[in-house]
Amino acid sequence: MGYAMTMPAETDTSSPKYLRDKYAIVGVGETEYMRGSGVTTRALGTKAVRNAIEDAGLKPSDVDGMLSYQSGDSTFSTFIAGDLGIRPNFYMDVFGGGSSTEALVGMAMGLMEAGMCKAVVIFRAMNGFSQVRIGGTGARAVAPVSGDMLHARAYGWQSAGQMFAPSFMRHMYDYGTRPEQVAAVKAIHSEHASNNPKAFYKERVSVDDVLKSRIICKPLHLLDCCVETDNGTALVVTSAERARDCRHPRTMIRGVVGRCNKPRTDMHYQHGPISTVAGKYAREILWRNSGVGPEDIDVTGSYDAFTFTTMLQLEDYGFCKKGEGGNYVSDGTIRLGGRRPNNTSGGHLCEGYTHGLNMVIENVRQLRHDADDSCPVGPDGKRQHTYDYREGGCRQAKKCELTTNMGWANPGTGSAMVMRNE
Amino acid sequence: MAVQGTYLGMPLDVNDLDVENLAYFKHCAQHDFHLQKCSACGLLRYPPTTACPWCASPESAWTKVEGKGAVHSYTEVHHAIQPAFKAHSPYLILLVDLDTQKGKPSEHEALRVVGNLVTQDGTLAPAEMVRRVGIGTRVRMVFADVSPSLAIPHWTIDEGAEQPAKPWRYPQE
Repeated sequence: MGYAMTMPAETDTSSPKYLRDKYAIVGVGETEYMRGSGVTTRALGTKAVRNAIEDAGLKPSDVDGMLSYQSGDSTFSTFIAGDLGIRPNFYMDVFGGGSSTEALVGMAMGLMEAGMCKAVVIFRAMNGFSQVRIGGTGARAVAPVSGDMLHARAYGWQSAGQMFAPSFMRHMYDYGTRPEQVAAVKAIHSEHASNNPKAFYKERVSVDDVLKSRIICKPLHLLDCCVETDNGTALVVTSAERARDCRHPRTMIRGVVGRCNKPRTDMHYQHGPISTVAGKYAREILWRNSGVGPEDIDVTGSYDAFTFTTMLQLEDYGFCKKGEGGNYVSDGTIRLGGRRPNNTSGGHLCEGYTHGLNMVIENVRQLRHDADDSCPVGPDGKRQHTYDYREGGCRQAKKCELTTNMGWANPGTGSAMVMRNE
Repeated sequence: MAVQGTYLGMPLDVNDLDVENLAYFKHCAQHDFHLQKCSACGLLRYPPTTACPWCASPESAWTKVEGKGAVHSYTEVHHAIQPAFKAHSPYLILLVDLDTQKGKPSEHEALRVVGNLVTQDGTLAPAEMVRRVGIGTRVRMVFADVSPSLAIPHWTIDEGAEQPAKPWRYPQE
């Protein structure tokens, strides 16, 4: 696992500050991905957290740290702690959406390193279709426009797609990226989702289907955009030592970078090139902390709020040369069976929208070699993967030892994490 | 003092503590575009901030800036989210590089000012005008009046400027 990136002279990667392989993800849990959950975010979160703790082979009383993220659209850790009988030695609910998952994994490691708690559950619960619409329609679209918001919302510049679109358009202008290249992200993720019984959209779509779907805001067609769903998702993080006693083989955390920014952060478009995203900065921390590089990675989870976000991040984290992302996402590399499949669950475009947490869950399952597809379960309780990726078949990557997740808040802010199995 | 108004049916307000935005929009109401110029390093900045993004100085002076530039990027919204914009779709959101301070303080930076494409009187542009504009189009600033203390700056095609032969547009119309 050699990576030829030059380290700054003062970097000593044997230093204890590099927490490589000291912490592990031991449990993953979720609800269904649905539209019309019929229950509260508290109920969704409780179910996901309970499932994650159970998956780890732990009891609620074994968990003593809680972290969550939301934007005024969810329940708080304390409600779920109370409902499940968890007594937190630490909890915090942070404001934010995409990019929070990996950032909170990093915070969980820091909390345990500081001796503040010993097993942390991270959750996101949202009724992103039936309550606070993630696409920005409904109550959010008619809220009064105040103060700083006048510089955006007064121009009809409000939804995530509208806000990111100038960065996407400029990428096409700067590099000649073509609509059909980017549409391949949706087509490929839909192939993956067709082998995921949990996915909200399981139907395969073609590049042509994407290009023929109606324009939402250029360059985004309807099928370039993710699916709003209701769901709860959760992870359990603990020390590598304690992880030995858990149910599954350990998923080791190699390195994390959390909510790393471009200059001017929320005003990132003031500082060009606007077709470059936060990954350009985050990669300097991610690969150094992980001790590996993009060429070592088997499976990626590049946030697909839109087809374009997947492409821009893969490019800026160094999986291909800057400007060649259109080629990279359309030449078969990111397809199951390809050199480095991306979002093998179907991701936000097809499985469901979670602000990133389901993509980490998927990579944990890939690293366990236990993707929950339709392959038969053997006498040992493990799936007998066929590696036949035709519709309705397998979605386990044949070789999966190292994964990278890349979370996206906006073009200016992102997080990432490298995990490995053992 | 706080300002309020209604624009395209949207309630807008700037509260009386938000002195930076109050000053910005007051100049706009006079159809006179001003930005904060840092008293320490001399750089202009957009949108209003409470300190200089380059040198952190809190001191600045509102300075008149010419509202001319070229489209750096854009989106053309066909599916409006806000009810106010549904009747005006498709509409353009433009990111415009002002000529003033372009390429400073570093190569890829510019005062990138947001606005819709509008007609010369400040109303959202009709579809045939939308189709004429892309990356590179030369535009000039016009204002949509909201109240005596509030106007929204926008962009219209600069008919007096030399235009690119074919501004870059998304390939699918």
